This record gives sequence, C-alpha cells and structure tokens, in this order.
Amino acid sequence: MTPIIKVESLGKRYQLGVRAEPFPTLRDALVGAARAPLRALRRRSRTRAGESFWALNDVNFTIKPGEVVGVIGRNGAGKSTLLKILSRITDPTRGRVELYGRVASLLEVGTGFHPELSGRENVYLNGAILGMHRAEIERKFDEIVAFSEVERFIDTPVKRYSSGMYVRLAFAVAAHLEPEILIIDEVLAVGDAAFQEKCLGKMEEVSRGGRTVLFVSHNIASIQRLCTSVILLKDGQVRASGNTLEVTRKYLEQGGTTTFRWTRDSPPPPEGVYFEKVYLSDRDRREVEYVSTASTISVVMEFVVESQSRGLQLGVGVMSDTGEQIFGTVPQDVGLAVPQTPGRYRAVVHLPEEMFLPRTYSIKAMLYYLTPQMLDCVDCLRFTVQEAASLGTNNPGGRTGFLALRCDWEFD
Amino acid sequence: METSVSSELSSPLPQPLPDHPLVVIEPAKSFFSLNFSDVWAYRELFYFLIWRDLKVRYKQTTIGVVWVVLQPLMMMLLFTLVFGRLAGVPSDGIPYALFAYAGLLPWTFFATAASASGNSVVNSSGLVTKVYFPRVIVPAASVGAVLVDFAISALVLAAMMVYWRVQPTRQILMLPPLVLLLMVLTLGFGMLISAINVKYRDVRLALPFLIQVWFFASPVIYPMSLVPERWRWLVKLNPMASIIEGFRAALYGKAAFDWPGLAGSTVISLVLLLLAVITFHRMEKGFADII
Repeated sequence: MTPIIKVESLGKRYQLGVRAEPFPTLRDALVGAARAPLRALRRRSRTRAGESFWALNDVNFTIKPGEVVGVIGRNGAGKSTLLKILSRITDPTRGRVELYGRVASLLEVGTGFHPELSGRENVYLNGAILGMHRAEIERKFDEIVAFSEVERFIDTPVKRYSSGMYVRLAFAVAAHLEPEILIIDEVLAVGDAAFQEKCLGKMEEVSRGGRTVLFVSHNIASIQRLCTSVILLKDGQVRASGNTLEVTRKYLEQGGTTTFRWTRDSPPPPEGVYFEKVYLSDRDRREVEYVSTASTISVVMEFVVESQSRGLQLGVGVMSDTGEQIFGTVPQDVGLAVPQTPGRYRAVVHLPEEMFLPRTYSIKAMLYYLTPQMLDCVDCLRFTVQEAASLGTNNPGGRTGFLALRCDWEFD
Repeated sequence: METSVSSELSSPLPQPLPDHPLVVIEPAKSFFSLNFSDVWAYRELFYFLIWRDLKVRYKQTTIGVVWVVLQPLMMMLLFTLVFGRLAGVPSDGIPYALFAYAGLLPWTFFATAASASGNSVVNSSGLVTKVYFPRVIVPAASVGAVLVDFAISALVLAAMMVYWRVQPTRQILMLPPLVLLLMVLTLGFGMLISAINVKYRDVRLALPFLIQVWFFASPVIYPMSLVPERWRWLVKLNPMASIIEGFRAALYGKAAFDWPGLAGSTVISLVLLLLAVITFHRMEKGFADII
C-alpha cells in the first residue's frame, strides 16, 4: 500500500541558546556590525559551528493509511521537533516530508482559547484555528458540547471555568476534527482519570475509523493500547520501529541498570534471618515490567526466620539516584509487628500512590535489630521512572524535589 | 449523563489517496514559494480572528461600541479647541472640526492598525508555536479588525457633513481608491513591523514613539498649505501626507487633488507592501523557533 506519510532523511538543527538568551536587539546588530564587521562575522561563524545541535538527524519512515503510530523516546529525543515539522509549525533544516492527506495537529488542547470569550465563542474560534470550517463547526456544535459535559456553562466566559472544564471543552473540539492525518502530542496528560478514559475511547474510535494517527506519549500503557506500530527515537534518530510490544519493551529496557526483582542465588547469611526474594509489584501483586510516574507500586519481600528472633525489625527505604535515602517505612507505622517466630513470611508494603517523579530511584529492604545489627539487606533494586500522566508530571513547569505527594490543602 | 458519540468519526474514509502529496515539507528554498491558495483556504480563520478582536475589545465595557465613535469625536473636540481656537491653525476654508476629523479618520486607522498588527505576531506566540496556518493572517486580521472601527467613524463623519451642510462633489468618487491605498500602506507597514518585531523586540518599544513622530509629520492637525513651499517635497515623502490631503479633497471638494503626490504615495505604499511580503515570508519560517 502506498504510504500516507513519507519522511526522508529529515533533519532539524537548532542554534543552542537562541531561546535562553535575551532577545537580540537591533542595537547589538547595528552597533556590532558597524564597529567590527570582521569580528562580528567571525564570531557568528564560530557560534554556528560550535553551538548548534541536531534535534533530528536523518530520520526516515513511512506510515500507511489507517495506521496508528506511537512515537516514544526520552526527553530530548526529538519527538516534539518531529511533530512540529510534521505539523508545519517549524521548517526542517534538511530532508523532505510528503503528506498525502489533510493534517490536523493537536500539540496542546485549547490552542487559541481566549479567557474573555464564552465557551460557545471559544468552540468556534478554536475550531477555526484547528482548521475546521464554520459550517462544520455549526453541524457538530451540539455534539461537541455534549462530549465536553459543560452544557450549563457554555455561555460563561472560560476564565471562570475550572481547569477540568476548560480541558474537557478544549478536547471536545479537537476530538471532532476529521482530518485524514491526526497528529497528537501528549494531550491526555491532563484532565481527570474518567475524562482521560473517555478521550482514549474516542481516539480508539478515530483510529478504527480508518484515520491515520501519529501519537506521542510517555504513557506506555496508552501507546500499547492504541498503536498499531511504534517509532522509538533516541538522540534525534530512529532507534527502532515496528511492532508495538517489541519497541515499547525495548524502550523500557533502555532505562540502564534496571532491576525490579532480586532472588537469592548465594548462601544465606549465618544469622538465620534473611530475604529469599524481593521485588516490585503493582497493587495486584503482579511483578512490574516498568515503573512510570503513574505507577503505584508495592515492594514485596519474602523472607525466612529460622529461629526465634525477639525484636526483629523490617524496613524499606527509598533512595535517590545518588544513594541518599529519601524516606524509610516500617510496619510499626501502621500498627503491625514484624513476625518473630520461625517461618517463611511475605511482607508487602504499598508505597503511596503515584509518588515517583521521572528520575532514578533505588529501593532497599532490610532485616535488622535495633541494637543496631543488620541481618540482611537487599539494595540492588534500581529503576528509572518513565513519564506518564500523573501527579508527578501534571504540574506546569514540572515538579522539583524527590517525590510527588498528594497533600491535603485548605484555605480559610 | 449520557453523551452521544460521533458516528461520523467511526465511518471509514473511502477516498483513495491522491497521486501527488497534498503537502510537501522541505527546507525553505526561495521567497517566491509563496502559497496564496493556502491563505485562501484559511480565510475563515481570518474572519474569526477579526471577530475575536472585536468581541474581546469591548467585553466588559459598559458602553461597548460607543467607544469607537467617542474616541475620534473627543480627539476632534480637543484638536478643535487647542489648534483651531487657541493656536488658530488655518483649515483651508473648512470648519476646523470637519477639517480635523477628515484627517483623523485615516490617521486613527493607520496608527491603530499599524501598532495592532505590528505587535500581532508577538502577541500570538501561543498560536504560532502550536498550530499551523499561514502566519500572514495574523497581521492582516489585526488590520481588518480596525477597519470595522474605521467604517463606524466614517458614518459619524457622514452625520457631521449633514450637520454642517457640506455638499459632496464628484471628487467623492476618489474616496474608495484612497481607502484602498490607505489599507495597502497600513498592511505593508504593519506586516513588516510584525515580522521584525519577532526577532528584535526593540521594535515594540520604539513603535509608539515612531507613530507619534509620524503624526506630527502628517498634515492631520495642520493643512499642507501651512508648510513652506520649499519643504513640501519632504513632507510628501511621507505617503500618509498625500492620503490625508486626498481624503479632505475627496470629502469636501474644496481643493483639487495633488496627483503627483498621490502617485508617489501609491508607489511607496506598493513597494512597502512588496517588501513586507518578502520579509515576512522569509522570516515566518523561523517564528516558531525564536518567538
């Protein structure tokens, strides 16, 4: 079948620091050129050579009509640049793209929403910005409003909307686009879980309808659910492409020295209290394959107590990538005692929901006495957290610190 | 609540793929690759942006659109008091109020539209970085929105002419071409500024001052006849000068048209527009990267 999207040796070079530095002023340009034309020229050429980088470099792929293609990769891999070029927002430095269909791109929901305008007015405005015709918007208006669930407030200025309402209305407009090619960038990272589910359903419908979809996401679960194939970008190049499961697995394995489970393969320590197996699981006790910021994980510890051990302690610590302990937890915190009589036990600690940020952590489990005496310690569990729509990633501008914790707030 | 889900979306797309790509994305090659059909395809966005500007401008104002009429009227009153009465600036035999208003009409349009469109691309960074459309729509729509104000102010002028019993002559037939010329000049200037403004933000700060100077260099509050003969060529280098004088001649029919001046103004305006189109087209590729 002939492709609907054809990308050939695509490259995009950015000048480093163009954005970070203050805007070049006319005065600098004029004065600089007048004062020392030669030096200005030389400096410019040096800057060119040294401070540019290729956000995309020699990217090639084709997409057939009706395919739903996921684009994955770490921050800085070139995903956004690729989408911006395909959406014609920015020009490539090299290469060529051929699109055999009308394109609508959704790099953010609610592009062009004006806070002073009512919901109704914004539906029209946003629809036009996304390339819909007036007649088309009129025809779908009721459907859009119904999908957004904000009927009652449709004539209220959107500046009075809650962020959830705003996002729902904005997504509703976008969901009713009918291009042949739809380009979507991580728009599901917003909104509440129920609405996200509704959007995913809508997208499944779109893709079943024969539309070609290009979908960037950090949420591997939704990629796996929606996509027929996946392109993995790394350092501006296509590292792998094809089968969704294979490529997403490859991506998750890139994480470096990732260890989710540990099983004893050496003789137990002489104290007679030791771990057999320690692993990370989800709430259903299934071993995890990866950890994302949306994951809610538990640490499962199977351990053996060979003889009566009064005062035995069990603890779990969560460490930063530099090895500093971020916090520790013990069963006494919730009023449970550690078993002290001989036997095989399994302890499970449920870590707080969605507490990880997209960084590297390690986890250790310890059996010890308060005397203090370490009996056994397993500290090799280590993983890098993937970004997904969650508490840890929903804050505009990111979240600093070591963990994302949902705290209670009050205003008086 | 039960919501209906689109059935159209789930229907398969029967159209076969076109033989040639609808869109080819390549590095920009020459500035003659202008795509006018693309601008045409997005004409509805042009109307919607004008509509948005108008809506937003008068939201939460109590008297709303009355401001459009009030602004030039108050300016006219002020100028009539200060320049017509106090300073005794001559007005070529026309009541000073009418004289000033006929100058303020094109001038206010130019000044408002030029500064709105000059800042329009920078102010639309949210759109420019997130969605594709022919960028030229942004400065053009800014000019378009001010054109609505211009039309309303023109109605006020018509009412004033009735009040002062000014009988239009055949010279009024020149008004539409003059308005067109005014728009060409304004669009050219606004577009050029809007593109340069993205890269050099000094423009934003310099623009109000530039327009102020331009105001005094244009015969809005004084007649061209007040300018010494040997300096008139200099004033006429300003394309707005001939347009404003032309407006007066067309509306009141007291003076003859200054044809060489208008021809010069037309050439300058067209060259400016061409320069603006080329500059804008060359720079728009980089808007999303530097805005």
